Amino acid sequence: MNTSGHSKAITKLLLHLHPKKVNSQAIKFNRTFGLGGIAALLFVILFISGMLLRFAYVPSVKGAYDSIIELQNEVIFGQLLRNLHYWSGMLLVVVSFLHVIRVFYSQSIYYERRKNWLYGLLMMFIVVFSNFTGYLLPWDQLAFWAVTIMTNMLSYIPFVGDSLADLVRGGNEVTETTLLRFYHFHTGLLPLIMVFLMSIHFWLVRKSKGVTVQNCEEKTMLDTHPNLVYKEVVVALIVIVALLLFSMVIDAPLQEKANPLISPNPSKAPWYFMGFQELLLHIHPGFGIFVIPVLVTVFFIYIPFINYPELNVGKWFNSEQGKKITIITVIYAVILTIVVILTSEYFLDLREWMPNVPVLISTGLLLLLLYFVPAAAFLYYLKSNHKAVKIDLVMALFTIIITAYIVMTIVGSLFRGEGMHLFA
Amino acid sequence: MKMTKLKSNRRTFLKRAIYAVLSLEVLYVFTNLLKKNNKDESGEGMFDAGNINFIEKDKVYPFGSAHFYLSRMEDGGMLAISTKCTHLGCTIQFNNNKDRFVCPCHASAFSKNGEVLSPPATRALDIYPISIKDNKVMVDVHNPIRRNKYEASQLTYI
Ligand code: HEM
Ligand code: FES
Repeated sequence: MNTSGHSKAITKLLLHLHPKKVNSQAIKFNRTFGLGGIAALLFVILFISGMLLRFAYVPSVKGAYDSIIELQNEVIFGQLLRNLHYWSGMLLVVVSFLHVIRVFYSQSIYYERRKNWLYGLLMMFIVVFSNFTGYLLPWDQLAFWAVTIMTNMLSYIPFVGDSLADLVRGGNEVTETTLLRFYHFHTGLLPLIMVFLMSIHFWLVRKSKGVTVQNCEEKTMLDTHPNLVYKEVVVALIVIVALLLFSMVIDAPLQEKANPLISPNPSKAPWYFMGFQELLLHIHPGFGIFVIPVLVTVFFIYIPFINYPELNVGKWFNSEQGKKITIITVIYAVILTIVVILTSEYFLDLREWMPNVPVLISTGLLLLLLYFVPAAAFLYYLKSNHKAVKIDLVMALFTIIITAYIVMTIVGSLFRGEGMHLFA
Repeated sequence: MKMTKLKSNRRTFLKRAIYAVLSLEVLYVFTNLLKKNNKDESGEGMFDAGNINFIEKDKVYPFGSAHFYLSRMEDGGMLAISTKCTHLGCTIQFNNNKDRFVCPCHASAFSKNGEVLSPPATRALDIYPISIKDNKVMVDVHNPIRRNKYEASQLTYI
């Protein structure tokens, strides 16, 4: 038998994810921080651990919680398996988010990479949706009320909100229908979609001749194997070991069994939605859940289609000046967001002050302007005093949005206690 | 040259139109599939809240498992108030000391007739239709009524 061609066929197929040779700059760790690869690895870990969890898990109101308890107490390595799945899922959200940040600031989303930016945004959405549908499955108080709160947030979308929320839940409350529905999304449809999207994503990276590099003049090409492959293996091993150690020490949370009659105080959405929940505490829901997210999404989609005369593809922050501008923007946005949160929490009562004005204007538009005007003034200041060019301004706007969301997430998850009061 | 360009444009247009129609079709079928599974909420289902003679004036009675509170005003009018907070759907509780409904999740408070006393909730609590049959208070727990404010016309008398 001629085995030489066959024996390593599978290994070779896997290696075909990469080209034969790669640019030496492209494989420096601080080019990508390995984030895309780590995300892919996490997906594989989630897939395997998830498939195993399915053998123990019972998707019903009666059985779900008990099956998790049994998994943890009776099954050998059951708790570890659950922890591993839980922490990988959380880490995937964080890593995907960092990956988005990385490709954006290293100017890697333009021209032939536009399409991949769009697929990436879609995958980010699906990762969050996957995590959220998994969150309900243990059917404990944490899961039940987080999903109740989140699906009720949907119902604030004008016109279609109520029917959309009912569609997601399969009724007007979180019930067994919801649990089954989430289970099928979580363990069936969404992983399948992810596999398709990831294949397209990797293929598009290859089609754009790999990741961007800082200096496209310099073209020292190295053999992929071993130069890149060894690095990947090392990072993968480190991630796996770190995750395993973490999962041995820290258990995934599990509260009392879900009880629709008693809401815990306070009840919070999953942490990655806390930015939204914080926003909703201040601004009219029509804005918080609809107008602002739609505007932000449209802006994100539109970014790579703008025409920038001064674009340096692959250069971190586009230029030294861009870097400086990004840093001061972060500082400004942190301060602005905190000031607006505190003002609205302690000093503003727009609804009381303007009882005759519709709430959509008073706690909606006016509050948005309270943030928007100082932000716009800051962009204008960047333009006139720092000679910011178009790409700098777009980066600054992106920075403000991301920073605001992170600050709100932190305030909402860490600084709000009983009754969702600050510092309670 | 111009001809071919036009032709290919028409072709891409047709292709896109077909893709768009197909995606809409899939989306339509899928949403219908999801809807199909919805439980029929508007079923018949009257909850018997007891004999009217035992329900005192100016008192609030909990019916937790049926998701409502029966609130009887001083003038004898009654409201069946839903326990679902209008902010984000947590379960409210009646606080006897403060004489109001409070939501544990984000601290909204509601008066005995369900009106918002403190935000973040913006809408009064939903109510259920009440009818009285042979001196029994029957609450239609499947058909909540949305309302913005409390109005005297919402009360049910004997
Ligand atoms: C790829 C295939 C996947 C399968 C087959 C799968 C399967 C499962 C199963 C059966 C559960 C219920 C057991 C449990 O709650 O511990 C679960 C929970 C969960 N999954 Fe997945 N999952 C997959 C991917 C993902 C992804 C991509 C994420 C996040 C981005 C994720 C996040 C979660 C979370 C947060 C939970 C709740 C864990 C808990 O509280 O125990 N899963 N998954
Ligand atoms: S759900 Fe009741 S106050 Fe938020």
